[in-house]
Amino acid sequence: MDFTKVWDVLVVGGGNAALCAAITARRMGASVVVAEHAPKPMRGGNSRHTRNVRALHPAPTNVLTESYLEEEYWDDLLRVTGGRTDEALARMTIRASQHAPGFLEECGVVFQPSLSGTLSLSRTNAFFLGGGKALVNALYRTAEAMGIEILYDTEVQHIAVEEGFAKEAIVSWRGFPERIRFRTVVASSGGFQANREWLRRYWGDAADNFQIRGTPFAQGRVLKDLLGQGVQEVGDPTQFHAVANDARAPMEDGGLAMRLDCVPFSIVVNEEVDRFYDEGEDVWPKRYAIWGRLIAQQPNQRAFAITDSQALMDYLPSVFPPIFAGTIRELAGKLGLDSDKLERVVTEYNDAVRPGTFNGKALDDCRTEGLTPPKSHWARRIEKPPFHAHPLRPGITFTFLGVKVNDRARVMMADGKPSANMFASGEIMAGNILGQGYLAGFGMAIGTVFGRIAGEEAARAARN
Amino acid sequence: MSQATDGINLTAYAAGADSDAPPRVDSTTVAEARRQMEICNACRYCEGYCAVFPAMAMRRAFSEGDLTHLANLCHNCKGCFHSCQYAPPHPFGVNIPATFATIRQESYAEYAVPRAMGRLFERNGTVVAGVSALALTLVLVLVVALQDPAVLWSAQTGTGAFFRVIPYPVMVNLASLTFGWAIVAMILSSWRYWRGTAPRSRLPLSGPAVAEATMDVVLLRNLGGGGHGCNDLDDGFSHTRRWLHQAMAGGFMLCFAATCVGTVYHHMLGWYSPHSFWSLPVQLGTWGGVLLCIGSAGLLYIKAVTDPAPVARRLLGGEVAMLALLFLIGATGLLLLVVRHTGAMGFTLALHLGLVLAFFLVLPYSKMMHAPFRALALLRNAMEKRR
Repeated sequence: MDFTKVWDVLVVGGGNAALCAAITARRMGASVVVAEHAPKPMRGGNSRHTRNVRALHPAPTNVLTESYLEEEYWDDLLRVTGGRTDEALARMTIRASQHAPGFLEECGVVFQPSLSGTLSLSRTNAFFLGGGKALVNALYRTAEAMGIEILYDTEVQHIAVEEGFAKEAIVSWRGFPERIRFRTVVASSGGFQANREWLRRYWGDAADNFQIRGTPFAQGRVLKDLLGQGVQEVGDPTQFHAVANDARAPMEDGGLAMRLDCVPFSIVVNEEVDRFYDEGEDVWPKRYAIWGRLIAQQPNQRAFAITDSQALMDYLPSVFPPIFAGTIRELAGKLGLDSDKLERVVTEYNDAVRPGTFNGKALDDCRTEGLTPPKSHWARRIEKPPFHAHPLRPGITFTFLGVKVNDRARVMMADGKPSANMFASGEIMAGNILGQGYLAGFGMAIGTVFGRIAGEEAARAARN
Repeated sequence: MSQATDGINLTAYAAGADSDAPPRVDSTTVAEARRQMEICNACRYCEGYCAVFPAMAMRRAFSEGDLTHLANLCHNCKGCFHSCQYAPPHPFGVNIPATFATIRQESYAEYAVPRAMGRLFERNGTVVAGVSALALTLVLVLVVALQDPAVLWSAQTGTGAFFRVIPYPVMVNLASLTFGWAIVAMILSSWRYWRGTAPRSRLPLSGPAVAEATMDVVLLRNLGGGGHGCNDLDDGFSHTRRWLHQAMAGGFMLCFAATCVGTVYHHMLGWYSPHSFWSLPVQLGTWGGVLLCIGSAGLLYIKAVTDPAPVARRLLGGEVAMLALLFLIGATGLLLLVVRHTGAMGFTLALHLGLVLAFFLVLPYSKMMHAPFRALALLRNAMEKRR
């Protein structure tokens, strides 16, 4: 690696958003260097754990069924964010997402027809064959073949910014201090979710109980560095995308398979053996992303999904086996919960269940009456042993605090002026569009769309 | 997911999950395969690669028989390894290709006939190489003992030239005995494998299932990685291994056909070897030998340069020895064609037939068992899909 060279574009980060930017810039003739913090086997940031991209399409494509138009996509986004979004940026992203699968295919990514275990998303989301790591592999192969310089084990520690102009980057290259000179820079280095100290600022000790689902390299170093140098902040720092994870999952990098889909077919209690939310409010693809946050708000950030043998086949199997018991009392004992209270909670719930026809795949008429909180669908009496439980913890995917960008992916300064040569894509700017909540596959849509724009704009700016 | 409920004993599942339950008695590899499959079954990102993952998704718990079936269904395309978010250095250490290769090998040993011969899989490279050396020696010694040693270096021409080196009855009897036994042992092993990996509920055998399994074998669909090929060397995709394997298998079949045609010529038509270059047996044998050499040499090359991470290193000896043996059989056969009118014919023929004898001897105790077991796994999978 030649550290005296002045590169047209430095891309900070090594996930989908970073590589989409790098490849687009290189296609426009720019010289591009990618600084990826992770070593090669762990490259790709959170993209390594992803599976699909949500894409607008007016008609069926080779990988998407039926159609998914702008208004429906926008409605879906509006519902999950509760209106906390930027309509112009969001609609631009939605419209551009139509071309995301095609662009990725050009970069060697292979899509598959969706089969099982995909939360029935085949209409709205295009699935990567083999998942996110296969996508990451394909993008790196393409990038290398195009002559993009890839630096692994390279953490960007500081980008020197003067009056909205980024001058150079101080990096740790395989442990050695170096500087990278460039004309433009694209920040695609993710959120700060793996930085527990930072999370503690907003969540206190609870942060120690958060499982970080994705890459441990998302330390938010560049994000913090930029926000400290006059870059405009966007997004609520306490907001993140989080799911119900298995409490026995590793604290970092457990990936997708740690999530549990059992909630709609269970009752969920916290450590005080209180139910705290309607488990059957809506179909799981529309609700899975709120449960991480719900659990994060419980005592000791723990919860337990409790159900019986009827439910075992209604959700995808878990990596860690459920905890089984012959009686509710015995189950409470194994979970360390108050047995009398758990028996009472289950009895109260069972008494409130109204007869209905169970359908695990749609909003059915199995619900409770006179129970607070209610269980609106899939409510069946918990009575057929063996009973079983899954212990739950919040699994954080990524944080929403980010750098403000305009619709050309250009980083905005606190004084409202656009930066002369800084661009951003991916989770580091997703908070511009996601104020709260999450839509499956939307992170990859934002990453691909803004990655392409950032790469194009950076290459153009480098030329001038 | 109604099919998943079928045949699962919830209480047994519960007992398996309970820490108080007695430890499982399966081999370490089986326990490891089960651990990995339980991760895969919660992830399912690889469902588009091959038949293994949809077959896995039909199950909730994995018996030893299930794991053996899935392992034999696996064609070792390595797509699932290179795309795995849990592959080493991730602490989950998921490595399905290497784990399943080991399970396959254990199943060849477990179902070997006679049972005691299963031990030959422990150091299979040594066994294949050793038997080859012994068989070569035996043939040379027999030639010297039964015939005039001069046949090994003097030119033999005209009808019956080959049999002046190795007498016809010796050749035919040795071949029929060893090859006959190999076929019997392989059929018995396959039967034991089929019974040993049978699911709890009976599956109906149907014409379409047989047709699908046959096409899977002929096209090697499961080395297609869902259409764009498999990970021959690294995370890039290609169809090279698929083509090389079929060249080798096709070449092998052509050589076998050449032998059959030659036998028919000899016994039924009274046409004795050596046959002319343009005759059917020589044409079949020549092209078969060429394909066999290209296929086996190509596969050896891929084995040598491929990313070693998803490879079960302990099994490499047996695999390499078998590929080398097939290559040498093809190469000596072609050499024989070239030198058959010269003084080198006798020695080359002895070499060639010695290697063929070795191949027959080790056949049921070698990597070659993958052929019937995988074909049966494909058949069972086709039947399971139609349940």
